[in-house]
Amino acid sequence: MKTAEELKNFGVIKTEEMVLNMGPQHPSTHGVLRLKIKTDGEIVSEIEPHIGYLHRCFEKHCENVTYEQVIPYVDRCDYLASMNNSHVWAMAVEKLMGIEIPERVEYIRVIMAELQRIASHLMAVGAMGLDLGGITPITYTFRDRERILDLFEYVSGARLLYNYIWIGGVAHDLPPNFVQHTRDFLDWFEPQIVEYDRLLTYNKIFIERTADVGVLPADVAINWGCTGPVLRASGVEWDLRRAEPYSIYDRFDFDVVVGKGEVGTVGDCWDRYWVRVEEMRQCIRIVRQALDQLPPDGDVHAAVPKKVRPPKGEIHFRAENPKGDLGFYIVSDGSPKPYRVKMRSPAFCNLSVINEIARGWMISDVIAVLGSLDIVLGEIDR
Amino acid sequence: MEFTEIIARVDQLAPGAFAPAEEGAGHVWVQPEQWLKVAQLLREDPELHFDSLMCLSGHDRGPEQPLWVAYNLHSMDILHKLEVRIEALREGGSIFSVANIWRTADWHEREVYDLFGINFEGHPDMRRILLPVDWEGHPLLKDYTAPDYYRGIPVLKDKRGWE
Repeated sequence: MKTAEELKNFGVIKTEEMVLNMGPQHPSTHGVLRLKIKTDGEIVSEIEPHIGYLHRCFEKHCENVTYEQVIPYVDRCDYLASMNNSHVWAMAVEKLMGIEIPERVEYIRVIMAELQRIASHLMAVGAMGLDLGGITPITYTFRDRERILDLFEYVSGARLLYNYIWIGGVAHDLPPNFVQHTRDFLDWFEPQIVEYDRLLTYNKIFIERTADVGVLPADVAINWGCTGPVLRASGVEWDLRRAEPYSIYDRFDFDVVVGKGEVGTVGDCWDRYWVRVEEMRQCIRIVRQALDQLPPDGDVHAAVPKKVRPPKGEIHFRAENPKGDLGFYIVSDGSPKPYRVKMRSPAFCNLSVINEIARGWMISDVIAVLGSLDIVLGEIDR
Repeated sequence: MEFTEIIARVDQLAPGAFAPAEEGAGHVWVQPEQWLKVAQLLREDPELHFDSLMCLSGHDRGPEQPLWVAYNLHSMDILHKLEVRIEALREGGSIFSVANIWRTADWHEREVYDLFGINFEGHPDMRRILLPVDWEGHPLLKDYTAPDYYRGIPVLKDKRGWE
């Protein structure tokens, strides 16, 4: 395949620049995103993302509800990783208030967060295959994600938006036999990843579409604030679970997956995809260890405060979400409602880099880049 | 480096840029006119090397008070953090843009402009990002009142029906 640069110099035919609107309703935009693409023939010369179609001023809402009532709102920000979002919010408020959490609650939260991470990555992996024209993989990943949602339904009663993690605890203790059900799921799920590898990861067509495409160099990634799998695929070993261990992540043995450029260049679309697949394997390791170490009993409501009234002050707290580093900046004035909440969402920064990496490629490559960034518009628009 | 060491280092390179830090506070206020120089220094100096901007947030203390912006910086190799704050006027406030120093600031500054109305001087593309371009007002200000109509569509304010 010719690179964009070669194609540009291929002939002297000068084409007119054309502006193409991709979205807001486009099958590959993962929500309502509009990309205004300036094209020179098939080659993209500039991408201007237009966001805000889902904007509901989440931060203003937060100022009008109590700290506990914010949890359903954060659940809806990254709706594919609700557990992680409420986990981060709960940890931030707990840190502001100085609450110690019972051991059992910490383990339950980590188990939920890691299962949710698998579910989120399954969605990313399947949807990226779908974007690139492979319809089968998403049916496989959805089948497996469904089993995780079944586990969540068993625990919390809901399948997508759980409101399960509370400030100071979790809503309910684990139901009977949950540990065994989760172990059965992990034993069943682990071989499925091999199947994804056979089906999609090392598929010749998929590699042709993604290898060497949309390369994101490490320094550019850091400068644009990319985090999570997008940053790690560029070869930067940076995972907040390892770098700034929060909750109880320092007790688990897992590897930080870093892009190696196995089939192309470090930081290409394939690497961003592959990091997610490998991370699922690491999540399985963490969940297994957490299930082994889970304290047999304990009151999950022991540390839930009667009234959430953090002292006056500010806090910036961040943690590793499936999409990257999710941060909350909370200003408290000592009342039961937050004075100001700023949510620094990972997908917001990850999307902003698209013009940098997809410029100069073909229109069809923009789809590959967008799929590999794994964005969720709910948390970009907030 | 520890917080006090970072402050001392900046004071040595750019005297008077930081206001004296409050006792026990984890942040520092910077003089608005020195911000561009300090930002460059924070990123380029090998001992500081704040290469990542974790968070950029606008804040409002209440009506009649000046607005302020918080920059949460982090160094990926030295692993230290710093929170820098800058004040801006409520009406027509302006701060030097750091979008060309940390590219993360590009969209975040647009967001602060959109929701607070603080202008960022020297920003490559200063316009609204989340709200429609013709929206009136800046919603995150404490004294904001939503317009009654947007392009002829009534803005729903009475929530009794669906609460």
